[in-house]
This record gives sequence, structure tokens and C-alpha cells, in this order.
Amino acid sequence: MSRIELTGNPFVKSALKNRWPQLAVFIVMLAGYLFAILAGLVGTQVGSHNFSIVFVWIAWWAILILVAVPFFGRGWCAVCPIPLPGEWLQRGAVLHPPRKKPKWFNLRWPRAFRNIWLQNISFLLLALFSSVLLTTPNITGIVLAGMLFAAIGLSTVFERRAFCRYLCPVGGFIGLYSQTAPVELRIKDKQVCATCEGKPCYNGSANGYGCPWDVFPGGLTKNTYCGLCMECIRTCPHDNIAVNLRPFSADLARPSTRMDEAFKAFIMLGSAMIYAGVLLGPWGALKDAAYNVGTSAWFIYAAVFLGVIFVIMPSLFALCISRFENLNAFKKRFATLSTSLIPLGLMFWVAFSLSFVLTNATYIFASLSDPLGFGWNLFGTANVTWQPMLTSILAPGQTLALVGGLIWSARTAQKAANEAKTSFIPVIVYCFITTLVMLWLLL
Amino acid sequence: MRSYLLLLLFVMAGLVVAFAPLPVQPIMPQERTFRIEARQFAYSPSEIEVNPGDRVTIQLVSTDVVHGLYIDGYGISVEADPGQSATLTFIANKSGSFRVRCNVTCGAMHPFMIGKFTVGTNDWFYRSMGLAMLGVVSIFPLSSFLTQRKKKEERSGAGD
Repeated sequence: MSRIELTGNPFVKSALKNRWPQLAVFIVMLAGYLFAILAGLVGTQVGSHNFSIVFVWIAWWAILILVAVPFFGRGWCAVCPIPLPGEWLQRGAVLHPPRKKPKWFNLRWPRAFRNIWLQNISFLLLALFSSVLLTTPNITGIVLAGMLFAAIGLSTVFERRAFCRYLCPVGGFIGLYSQTAPVELRIKDKQVCATCEGKPCYNGSANGYGCPWDVFPGGLTKNTYCGLCMECIRTCPHDNIAVNLRPFSADLARPSTRMDEAFKAFIMLGSAMIYAGVLLGPWGALKDAAYNVGTSAWFIYAAVFLGVIFVIMPSLFALCISRFENLNAFKKRFATLSTSLIPLGLMFWVAFSLSFVLTNATYIFASLSDPLGFGWNLFGTANVTWQPMLTSILAPGQTLALVGGLIWSARTAQKAANEAKTSFIPVIVYCFITTLVMLWLLL
Repeated sequence: MRSYLLLLLFVMAGLVVAFAPLPVQPIMPQERTFRIEARQFAYSPSEIEVNPGDRVTIQLVSTDVVHGLYIDGYGISVEADPGQSATLTFIANKSGSFRVRCNVTCGAMHPFMIGKFTVGTNDWFYRSMGLAMLGVVSIFPLSSFLTQRKKKEERSGAGD
């Protein structure tokens, strides 16, 4: 299947170029985000009856991991409200570029941190406290507010969207998995970009801002760092930017050789397995350890969590693919082959989330009518009783996701191994074993 | 064409692994009684196993706040007040592994208060393992099929 240019349709193109539709979505999202902070801080502290928990960790999470990431890649980043207040402040405008820019520090992000290690760390920080974060409204409220203020603070010090690009705990894994999505933003003709004067897509012009994600669209080869903000479509004077429909996982045909991205794949794969065991498993002691932050049991849990992700899983993978060669060559092969874990990781999260979301989805109806848990009944759904949904198709659905992910990863491993000039069999064995563990945890 | 047929064969084999009926050894149904203690946020014992057809009685005892016990797939539940016990009796007429969940909001980790109820063997898990194995093996005809298709597309592209 070749690519289909969605922006070839005049209606789609004008909808993407026009700032108003995006702003309308932004305002709704920002209002929802601010309300989630408010609900977390002033609403009931019973998580299953609080908007912040129900709408962030059940409704938003379901949309993100089951729909947005697999089908639209960074589609969520295109409408995410977190960077907006900081960006408006940084630009001194909400819509079109102003004549006079505000004087902020506008620093370049430090070279040493121009990678996703900080995103890996920020994700793990949240992951270690996730049992509390997912269930305690005021902690969710504080974390959401913290992310908003961090984005504002970084926008006043650094140029562009430094928070989204280098710090956002969610953006890191969305970027990783966006490589599998069937949507991409790319240039149409390289030569046009090479001869373009001033590169307004990167530097900005009167028509729009320079790429907020610090990416030169002319050099885009994968989705990882393109936030689909559509700014380059507005600024390109040559109509050389397209949004395309493409085959799934097209980016994975050119595997990354970066260790930060390789470890992101292990972090996500390992976290999904640990969450499946801790949150969905029948082991009460594990839940106690994960929830009682600061106790010795929690420190052991945290050490095991980090040990599994940073030591056990990468070491087993390294052992599977090891052969005699120098360290640099090995690191490159390790990173290249770990690309194969990306589809499997995404499907692990889909399988995990299916269980979590279908079981708790009825809370959405109750929370819609009584978002703060104050006893309201705005839409007459406040008293909808809890009932797991579609439990009969849950296990087959999870198997389908996991086995599908395994096949998808095996196919990716073939391509990555071809690139690394090595055998794909050990990678498939690794994927197979991790899939069996995940099946055992979920079924 | 050959890889296409081989792929079709794998899909058929997958359907057999997933849905073919398995031989069942007849076991005399029994009366089974379990006392399950519920506390924030765990059941003890957290996993129970019975045979298909058993008449199961669960005596739920709550040791702290109000807890419930809901069995996925069966759609039945029972609630116990603190220090009290409540009883649920039913026939285990559906085989497989089912999650047991607290159905009364009992605290922060309530959505994750989960146990496991297994009737007979957890067939679906073994079937899923079989499907995973089949999936791994199917990668060879699948990649051959995809490569052939790509070559065909390239040839037709060059022809244009």
C-alpha cells in the first residue's frame, strides 16, 4: 500500500491550515484539564467518584492507548492542552504571530539533554507512584497542575515546546509508539526544502510559528518527534507539507540506533507487565507494596520495578542477541533490534488497558453527572451501578492483541535484523517468552 | 500463491486451536465451601479452584470496611459488612478462569481489589499459548507472502 495524501483533499487541508478549529478543540481540552485539576483538589477523595480519576485515568487513557496512539500516532499531542498557556505566553499571542515578540529568555535546550532520557525518568517517576496517582484524586490534581506549571516555566526559559519535546512523561511513549501509526506528516519534495530560503517551517514567518517541536520538517523520517501541530503546513510557502495515510509501522522499517529510544521500548514493555501483575493480579501483598509509598515494602517494590526494567529485561535481550564484537557495534545492534519490541509493547498496553477500562467504564456515567462527588445528578446518571462491560470478549480480545503484537513484532524483528545483518530468531524467542508471561498475567 | 495458501492454512489452524472442543473428563460434582476474608485491598485466599458442576458456597467475611465480591462471567455478587459474613451459593457451570472483584467502593485501591476463580482448567490460557506459538511460526509464510506482494506491487509500479 502506498501513501494517500490526506491534505490533497481541499476540505481537510483548509481545516488543518485554519487556526480556529484547532483553537476550539484546545479550549475544550484546556477547560477539561483545568476542571480535572479542580476536581482532584476540591472534589471527593473517593477516586471512582471523582472526575479527575475517572476522566483522566479511565476515559482519556482508553482513548489515548486504544485509539489515538495506534491510529493517529501523536494525534493527542496535536490537541493536548498542557503546553498551551506556556506557549501563548512565550509567543505573546493565541492565534497568529504578533508583530512584536515578548522578551523571554528563549534559550536553546541544553545539548546534553537533547534526547528522551528525561522523559524516560519522568515516566518512571510517575510509574513508581502510579498506584497512588491512579487512585487518589488530590495527587492526580497536583501532578496535572505540576505538569501545567512545568510547561509554563520551561516556555519562559527555553525556546519552543521544551516540555513536550524533552520532559513530558506521556509524550515519550506516544512518540515511540507513533512510529507504528498509519498517519504521518512529511514533505512532498526534498529538493523544494533544500532550496527554500529562510526555512519558515523551522524559523517561522508572518503566517505562523517555527516548528514548536524543534524539528526541521525537511529532515523528517519518522513520527517520533513530530507533534502534528500543523504549524509547518501554515508556514510552508511552497505547499510542500503533506499529511499522509500510510501502512502501519512504516517508520520501523528504518530502526533507530539510539539507546534512549531503545530503553524507552524496555521501559514501556516492562511497565505494562508489572502493572498487569500488580494492578490486575490477585496478589494483595504486591498491591500493598505498590500503594504504601515510603514503606520498606514500597522501596523493595521500586527496586524490583527498576531492576526488571533496567537490568533483567535488557540483560536477557542482550543475552539473546549477544555475539563477539566491540561494544559500540553491540550497542548499535542492541538498539536496532530493540525496535522490534515497539509493536509488542503497544499491544501489551492495549491488552492491559482493555481489562482496566472495560471493568471500570461504568464509572464514567456516574462521574459525568456528579463529577466532584458532591451528590449532584446533572444528567440523571449519577446512580448508575458499577458493572464490568463486555467481560465475555475481554480474554479473547486480550489474546488477539497479544498474539497480534507478537506477530507484528516478529515481522519487525525480521526487518530490523536484516538492517543489523544478524539473525532475527533470538529476538522472536525473546518476544515469544515475554508474550507468554503477559498471557499468564492477564488470563 | 503457495504462501497465500500456507497463510490460509495457518489461519484455519488458529481457528482450530482457539475453538476446537476439548475432551472433558467427567468428574462427580461436589459441594465446595470457601471462607474468603476480604480486607483493603485483597482477598484471602485470593485464588480458588473448583471443578465444573460443583456447587460452590462462598462465605465472604469482611475484616475492615464493607466489601463485595463479584465474579466476572457469572455476573453474581455478595456484600459483607465489617466483621460480618455473607454467603453466596451457585453452581460452577461455566469453565475457565474468571476475575473476582470488589463491587463496593472500599477505598483508594478499590478498582484493583481482585481475586481469581478458576473452574476446571484455564483452557483459554493454553489455547492462547498455542495461538502465540502458531503466530510465531506463521511469520515465515507471512513474510514470504508480504515480500511477494511487495515485489508484485513494485513490478506493476515499474510497468506503469
